[in-house]
Amino acid sequence: MTFYAQNALNGLAYGSLLFMIAAGFTLIFGLMRIVNIAQTAFFLIGAYIGLMLLHAGVPFWIAAALAGAAVMAAGLLIYRVFLHRYHADELTALLLTLGFALMLDDLALAAWGGDPQSVPPPPAFASSVQLGPLVFPAYWLTLIVLSALVAAGLRLLERRTMLGAVIRAGVDDEEMTRGLGINIDRAFYVVFALGAFLAGAGGVLGSPITGAYPGLDGDLLPLAFAVIIIGGIGSLEGAYVGSLIIGLVSTFGKALFPELSYFTIFVPVAAIMALRPQGLLGRKR
Amino acid sequence: MTAALLDVTEVHTYYGDSHVLRGVSLAAAAGAVTALLGRNGMGKTTLIRSVIGFTPPRRGTVRVRGEEVQRLSSHEIARRGVGLVPQGRRIFPSLTVEEQLRIASRPGGAWSLDGVYDLFPRLRERRRHFGGQLSGGEQQMLAIGRALMTNPAVLLMDEPSEGLAPLVVRGLRDTIARLRDTGLAVLLVEQNLPLALDVADTCYILSRGRVVHHGPAADLARDERIRALHLGV
Ligand SMILES: Nc1ncnc2c1ncn2[C@@H]1O[C@H](COP(=O)(O)OP(=O)(O)O)[C@@H](O)[C@H]1O
Ligand SMILES: [Mg+2]
Repeated sequence: MTFYAQNALNGLAYGSLLFMIAAGFTLIFGLMRIVNIAQTAFFLIGAYIGLMLLHAGVPFWIAAALAGAAVMAAGLLIYRVFLHRYHADELTALLLTLGFALMLDDLALAAWGGDPQSVPPPPAFASSVQLGPLVFPAYWLTLIVLSALVAAGLRLLERRTMLGAVIRAGVDDEEMTRGLGINIDRAFYVVFALGAFLAGAGGVLGSPITGAYPGLDGDLLPLAFAVIIIGGIGSLEGAYVGSLIIGLVSTFGKALFPELSYFTIFVPVAAIMALRPQGLLGRKR
Repeated sequence: MTAALLDVTEVHTYYGDSHVLRGVSLAAAAGAVTALLGRNGMGKTTLIRSVIGFTPPRRGTVRVRGEEVQRLSSHEIARRGVGLVPQGRRIFPSLTVEEQLRIASRPGGAWSLDGVYDLFPRLRERRRHFGGQLSGGEQQMLAIGRALMTNPAVLLMDEPSEGLAPLVVRGLRDTIARLRDTGLAVLLVEQNLPLALDVADTCYILSRGRVVHHGPAADLARDERIRALHLGV
């Protein structure tokens, strides 16, 4: 019993950090049809920048915000100079983001070296919480709450604001949106920036769990894909639910069948692809 | 004769290598309904797409209120005063009625949310409903209201009566007449010939990407030969 409860909480925490990546992934694809492979590289770069700031004495939460802003700036540059022109051309855009993912990966290796680094949680949350027989790091609980708040905030943005309505219109029918005099390109920039910010800040927030090491982005990428397929491409709620499911499945998979960890992740993916190709909360296209 | 708000001159438009519009010229004047007729596949929608910039012409000019717009992107053309009621209505399913009106809103003209709701009280009742939950007639009201929210000078309407019940078509006819009376230049693409002849001042007939007839609607209403030749009725 304790085993299951402990792993369930671990899985939720892990899923919560996946959501920081998947939210941008699903929004960027839903609106612009760009599969942003670099999304997990943004996470990794964010983690390293955060680590640097932490070493320089910057408080944890501020480091997360600053790392998010730095990654957002880099993401916007990449979008402005390269991706913007290719968003109608899905394959070219995908290959471009793959290229940038590999470049960022190398850059991180050159800048921060190959040794895995551990990242301390913010001191105020470094303690453990005793929940009955369970001992759970307070920071992990914090991350679960924080990620749920981000999901709720994004949902409000999408459902309750003019920008959200423009984004939904763009997802429904981009051409018609332009035909109403709406400069949807502006929404593209906002969404790309938001996705990069969340991944970059998520890198700092998630790094007390994942650590920071070369190849972390590659390890997370299949999980991010799995989240999107399970939740439904373009759906924020889907990304959240999918993140928690993949977080749980991968955590239990590692605990129960360590040698089959990728296999266990792709069992639900295969099931969804067979039974509900649009994903749990996705819309049919 | 008032100056045309929309002036299309010698427009050639392609889909890839397929040369669809082969030098089309037409004009739509303020306070008038200009009908664009022709059998299926003759290029009517392509002309509409050329004006709004979805499929920009390769040659020729499109002028809105005298200003050339054919090199601008669609949102800029729309902002120069072109409102679009597209074929198939293209309502956004994941936006509520009110959201679709609000995102299109460009203040500074005669039309506002209240004005559109007064024109179509049904939309006010349905303001919280999503696009996908509306009937065909309600969708058509929304498509028109959404275009009006942009406060256009030229209103492009591509087969607005498509799929509507006869009673609803009568309401549509009255709406078009009212909009004309506000001074809009209405370019109306229609398959419903009685509707078009009833409401239009001027008619153009397109055949294989060319204008093959042009004249007052009353003439076409009388001229059975041209109707038979170009419209097959
Ligand atoms: N997206 C497209 N790609 C290629 N050909 C098209 C496309 N849309 C329309 N066409 C072709 O252009 C011609 C004119 O079509 P259209 O303008 O839609 O006609 P209409 O509106 O008069 O029925 C038709 O032959 C049609 O097959
Ligand atoms: Mg058509």
